[in-house]
Amino acid sequence: MDNQDIALMAHLLRRAGFGASRDEIEAKAAQGYQATVEELLNPEGQPGVEEDLLMRYQPAYNEPAAIETNVQQWVYYMINNPRQLQEKMALFWHMIFCAGHSKIDSGQEMGVMIRMFREHGMGNFKELLKRLSTSPGMVYYLDNSESHKTAVNENYGRELLELFSMGVGKDDAFNYSEDDVKACARAFTGWNIAPAFPPFPYGRSPWEFRFDPTDHDDSEKSFLGNVGHWNGDDVLDMLASQPATARFVARHLYNFFVADEVPVPSWRLVPPKDTKAIADMEKAYFDSHYDIRAMLKVLFNSSFFKSEAVRYAKVKSPAEMVAGLMRMVGEHREIKPGIFEISQEPKYMGMDLMNPPTVEGWHTGHEWIDSGTLVERINFAAQHLGNTQLPGVKSMVDRLMASRSAPLSPEQFVDGCLDLVGPLDVAAETHRELVNHAQRGGEAKHRTAAEKTDFTRRAGEMFQMIAATAEFQFA
Amino acid sequence: MVSTKKDRVLAVLSLSGGNDGLNTIVPYTNGMYRDARPTIAIPENQVIPLNDQLGLHPTMAPLKKFWDEGKLAIFLGVGYPTPSYSHFRSMDIWHTCEPEKIGTEGWLGRVIKDLDPKSDNVLTGVNFGRGLPRALAKDGVPVASVGNLETYGLLTGIDGEEQRGEALEVFGRMYSPTVGRNMVMDYIHRTGSDALKGADILSTAPGLYSSNVEYSSSVVGGYMKNIAQTHLAGFGSRVLYTTSPYNSFDSHANQASAHAALWTDVSRNVDSFVEDLREHNANENVLLFMFSEFGRRITDNGSGTDHGAASVAFAVGDHVKGGIYGVYPSLEPGKQEEGGNLKFSMDFRSVYTTILEDWMGLDAKPIVNGNFEKVKFLQTA
Repeated sequence: MDNQDIALMAHLLRRAGFGASRDEIEAKAAQGYQATVEELLNPEGQPGVEEDLLMRYQPAYNEPAAIETNVQQWVYYMINNPRQLQEKMALFWHMIFCAGHSKIDSGQEMGVMIRMFREHGMGNFKELLKRLSTSPGMVYYLDNSESHKTAVNENYGRELLELFSMGVGKDDAFNYSEDDVKACARAFTGWNIAPAFPPFPYGRSPWEFRFDPTDHDDSEKSFLGNVGHWNGDDVLDMLASQPATARFVARHLYNFFVADEVPVPSWRLVPPKDTKAIADMEKAYFDSHYDIRAMLKVLFNSSFFKSEAVRYAKVKSPAEMVAGLMRMVGEHREIKPGIFEISQEPKYMGMDLMNPPTVEGWHTGHEWIDSGTLVERINFAAQHLGNTQLPGVKSMVDRLMASRSAPLSPEQFVDGCLDLVGPLDVAAETHRELVNHAQRGGEAKHRTAAEKTDFTRRAGEMFQMIAATAEFQFA
Repeated sequence: MVSTKKDRVLAVLSLSGGNDGLNTIVPYTNGMYRDARPTIAIPENQVIPLNDQLGLHPTMAPLKKFWDEGKLAIFLGVGYPTPSYSHFRSMDIWHTCEPEKIGTEGWLGRVIKDLDPKSDNVLTGVNFGRGLPRALAKDGVPVASVGNLETYGLLTGIDGEEQRGEALEVFGRMYSPTVGRNMVMDYIHRTGSDALKGADILSTAPGLYSSNVEYSSSVVGGYMKNIAQTHLAGFGSRVLYTTSPYNSFDSHANQASAHAALWTDVSRNVDSFVEDLREHNANENVLLFMFSEFGRRITDNGSGTDHGAASVAFAVGDHVKGGIYGVYPSLEPGKQEEGGNLKFSMDFRSVYTTILEDWMGLDAKPIVNGNFEKVKFLQTA
């Protein structure tokens, strides 16, 4: 198979999903790029996680209450959901529509919110905003439950505009005024949560959204220049139709799927890295009447996405590092103990899933990395990638042996390993060091049983060295 | 050598989960205490009395020794206005000193920045435990986070000392600072070489250490020992932080035995820690601070206690003026915090302010976000 096809497919699967084993990459490449994109975009036609089986072994996953169980279940899905783009979109929206357990204090509600992102994250953006605005967790997280007809709390109204739809500004201009924030907040008065049942003696019950018309400010409001007796639904209609919203969503998709962008607060003043790419996605947004799937379809089929310039142009988030490695090495691809420990790893690397630091979310790109998190990332990756017992790694070693019947020169050995974990391109200096390291063992022979054992050991060690490179920190 | 001239060090032990202040510093003569806790009140004859009203939990005898020496400060009614009953949120408030809005910067992150603005020493701040508590988080401040000091380092999965040594050499060269790549690559290279430097230094600590003191084999024992080892190795670390096992103090059920086991262990290891430093004549410049994110409900629930508000905190050290600071929050129904809890009588930021100004010699206001009255528990001479 053409190496270019493999590299491109690996890129697609790293971005539209959490990566894959070499075997899976090759199978998808054989199936074709376009067909794989269609498969990813239409998860309804694909088998999902076998939930019946999962619940049988992990009964705690049935409407889990504890936050740790919800995080654990999500990480299991990241690793195992065949509908990979769904899982990636759940992470995408979780990183934008931020709500966190530290305030909500209900693992169950966090789980409900992530499920909502998983199921509706590729749908119509206006409908998604409606689901978000009626999500009990979000209503509580951003204090809309404290916003009343007679005493308006502006928190949700403001963040809806600033962080969830239009953004502060674009092309140097501001997108909305302080008066728009106030009008928006008034339109959402009465969007509240039904009083909760007491948790004892039967445990917590799910929260429920409830609109209270008597607590809703129905007076006339001026929002984005339109005057009327606006309710939250009217505001969402207007927001969805804004060019600023199309721009905001398109830039987020680019930042998440294509290449790291500058942080969101700079977007008013700093133009997109690739203005044509953003314009193409904006057009898809309006042509499809706000369909996220249509934007994704443009994105994955575009030349800007396929370009070699954007491969490994993103620092992996901790979730991508952990789930991606498990998929690459074939660990926890079935239900077995130990998934709890794995699910805690992103936290050690600075990404406490379901508990973003603030409503503005995690700082991404190179800010994922500090001296503490880098040690965690490298040790975690090296530990698994160097374990030649794991099926994914074992298959990589077998492939390396099968690549040549003659012994491999140190350079061939390094290049073979780099190809199998990526294909990953590394800087010349990195490459030189890896080859120097391989040279100590001389040619890699794999004829006799003893040679095979030594070959396997050296491959495991080389995979660990590759896991430790700066280049491996990128997706 | 006069050790007081050495740079002063702050060690912090966070008691995660919400320590029950009422059963830690027991108001043993207060009838309302006994009424509120039919199941788990500490019997008067078991309390270790500090005065005619307050006493220590029976398992805290090792701390009583420091009390008798005048080296233990006990802070009563510590908390903050409008308490949060969420572990995460309340701990974040203690970490960031931001009770109203959500903060991302930790108070100790700011301390490390003030102490070492250019990050000349990658070990100015060290955390023991997996993952960095927000107290130590600040952009651009490198803090080593050590899961296990005995095995700490990069590429710990490589078998064989020689192989690992070789691998680390390769790593060092791969991460050697380069110029001319892009900004992000340069940053990651710098971070990688910082991490390696920190790990290289830290990994020598256990080998440099010998002591007649024994710690318990618990998590707290292991990490208190690691703090002592790091301090004794003389790496110039100024902030050393650790946390009891996550939410271990969250005593909703079976509190009597669980809480006793926790304080047996904490007391013993604090004792070991201080004695260890004393054995090495390295105790004078160390202050140990212990706190929890909140206390617990005044009334018990038949087996344990639910999340509460104000609680107690402790400081141990040679420069501590031993004693009780603050007033015990009232147990009277009309004077409680809403929901049957103790109302705070001392803001935790007052304690921080004292530590920052009178111990670390820093300007506290920008670190704790405001002016707070000091609690004069340190000898300022």
